[in-house]
Amino acid sequence: MATLTVPATVPSPAEDCEQLRKAFEGWGTNEALIISILAHRNASQRLLIRETYARIYGQMLLKSLNDEISGDFERAVILWTLDPAERDAMLANEALRNWKPQNPVLIEIACARTSNELFAVRQAYHALFKRSLEEDLAAHTTGTFRKLLVPLVSSYRYEGPEVNMKLAKSEAKILHEKISDKAYDHEDLIRILTTRSKAQLIATLNQFNNEFGSAFNKNLKSDPKDEFLASLRAAVRCFCCPERYFAKVARVAIEGLGTDENALTRVITTRAEVDLQLIKEAYMKRTSVPLDRAVAGDTSGDYERMLIALLVCAPDVVSGRKEMPSIFFSLQRNASQLYINFLRLVNGS
Amino acid sequence: MADETLSLKKAFSGHGGFGVDETTMAAMVTKWRKQPDQKSRFRSDFSGFFTKIGSIEKCEDDYLLRLKTEFSRFKNIMVLWLMHPWERDARWMHHVMHKSYPFTVIVEIACTRTSEELLGAKRAYQALFNHSVEEDVAYHIKESYSKLLVGLVSSFRYEGPQVDNDMAKWEAKALGNVIKSAGSGKLIQNEEVIRILTTRSKRHLKATFKHYKELHGKPIEEDLGANLCLQETVKCIDKPAKYFSEAINIAFKEGADKPSKLSLTRVIISRADVDMEEIKETYHKQFGVKLEDMITKNTHGHYKDTLLTLIGK
Repeated sequence: MATLTVPATVPSPAEDCEQLRKAFEGWGTNEALIISILAHRNASQRLLIRETYARIYGQMLLKSLNDEISGDFERAVILWTLDPAERDAMLANEALRNWKPQNPVLIEIACARTSNELFAVRQAYHALFKRSLEEDLAAHTTGTFRKLLVPLVSSYRYEGPEVNMKLAKSEAKILHEKISDKAYDHEDLIRILTTRSKAQLIATLNQFNNEFGSAFNKNLKSDPKDEFLASLRAAVRCFCCPERYFAKVARVAIEGLGTDENALTRVITTRAEVDLQLIKEAYMKRTSVPLDRAVAGDTSGDYERMLIALLVCAPDVVSGRKEMPSIFFSLQRNASQLYINFLRLVNGS
Repeated sequence: MADETLSLKKAFSGHGGFGVDETTMAAMVTKWRKQPDQKSRFRSDFSGFFTKIGSIEKCEDDYLLRLKTEFSRFKNIMVLWLMHPWERDARWMHHVMHKSYPFTVIVEIACTRTSEELLGAKRAYQALFNHSVEEDVAYHIKESYSKLLVGLVSSFRYEGPQVDNDMAKWEAKALGNVIKSAGSGKLIQNEEVIRILTTRSKRHLKATFKHYKELHGKPIEEDLGANLCLQETVKCIDKPAKYFSEAINIAFKEGADKPSKLSLTRVIISRADVDMEEIKETYHKQFGVKLEDMITKNTHGHYKDTLLTLIGK
């Protein structure tokens, strides 16, 4: 269930572009106007707006945004405005250039998208980076992570509901065998996780639970510091219960001192058109606090307004609280670097 | 136009069970050569035998079963020729799972089709068999080369002109080192070999193979040992015309087994609209005989006529 709200009568792309241009003109920027338009248009509408804007004003909308706004707000707006496949391709490339095993972005893209969405990401990656996603991933990762991530990201899973129960039983046994031997990167385990359809996998994991008395993920917690096990658990959660997975990402981003703005932005911009409503429900269930209240309490200014606009299916809820300083001082540099890379790709410079 | 379609439909349906009108069929191959739109229109019009699953076109299963019982090489080639290329490739790959075709067919399809064609074949495979081709290959093929096969079939290679020449040189060196240090049996499972062969773009790989030859004084195929899978992979990526002309030649050899003979039909049908001219030239250069002549000498009847038309005599 998406949270994106689009007005009943949508202005034409040309009208939207005119308003956006007005928002950029003169001293300062009308951020509220930007949010009121972009945060309430779906992917195809945003694409039309970008095309129309480029045609009328001879400049890319994203460049204008980069010139006018900054910081976490800019990052959220730019990521949101991008087409979902391009967005994922950009996030994947960003994650690869600075690859750390604990970065879950690639797992999310590979496991929490449909087969066709993942394929669209691979196509967008070709167009943006002139290489395939798999080749960059394979070249930037090593060892067990490469063994898991490359097939995950290259998979084109069958999407039908058919399930072979006999196979589910036998593969549940195989999974159990391998993790009992602590052979977490065994090729059969990888094969099952990276090639089977989601329906088949879920059936297999249910069988695992039935046969062996505990959920698959519970058996992957032998070493809390092991990054590979964490990746396996993340992959399984993205298949089986993406709302709870993303609710946890949001919770961890908000909890404690300071905020992990990048993670929060990622959850909200990548799921607003997918299942953010379900994520909100999962968040509420776990923390007894509505997600929009938690976000409002932890973020401020235009960044907060943008996130709330995407999060809430109602008129904007702006916090009246004091601005809380963010310990992870996200600077202009954060968003601009993302955008500068995008510019470079598109202009081929 | 409507008359032709009608007579072709009749030809396929048979004369009330007394066989099939092969002459009409053969004539259509000539008429519709290099016209995939004609064939597409025929398929959508011929609802008894061709149908659609979503956006994937396929033959009705009953019809295919019936054909098998009245098997003849000619009918086989006609049906294959009319089929959508994606369905063809999907069915050929499926045959490998059930061991009726050699695994090299998967290498052939994964490496000689464009990225979009391979995607189409994978979609058709899912529509036909309710599994992804990757999961079937990973599950049914448990040989030393299965990791390479899964990688090849999962690939979605970049198809643009950009090549990082420095990286190509570096990878040529890296391959050289791996080949030197790994035992020839282990080469097929080496991570770097698999990574390079299954993820890099074809242009990049061609550049890499060229650098390899300059560095080591001989083409990489010579250093790959008796590793059939690796050899075929390199050949399909680097010199597909040579690969196809050799596959055809095996079919003509004395004592060729059934799968090898079937490769004659497969190669000619799948390449007729793509690079048949180049394959003919390569064949002539390699074996000193014109392909037309070999076909005329070794095949008969309408099957022969169809093959000759498809290669563009």
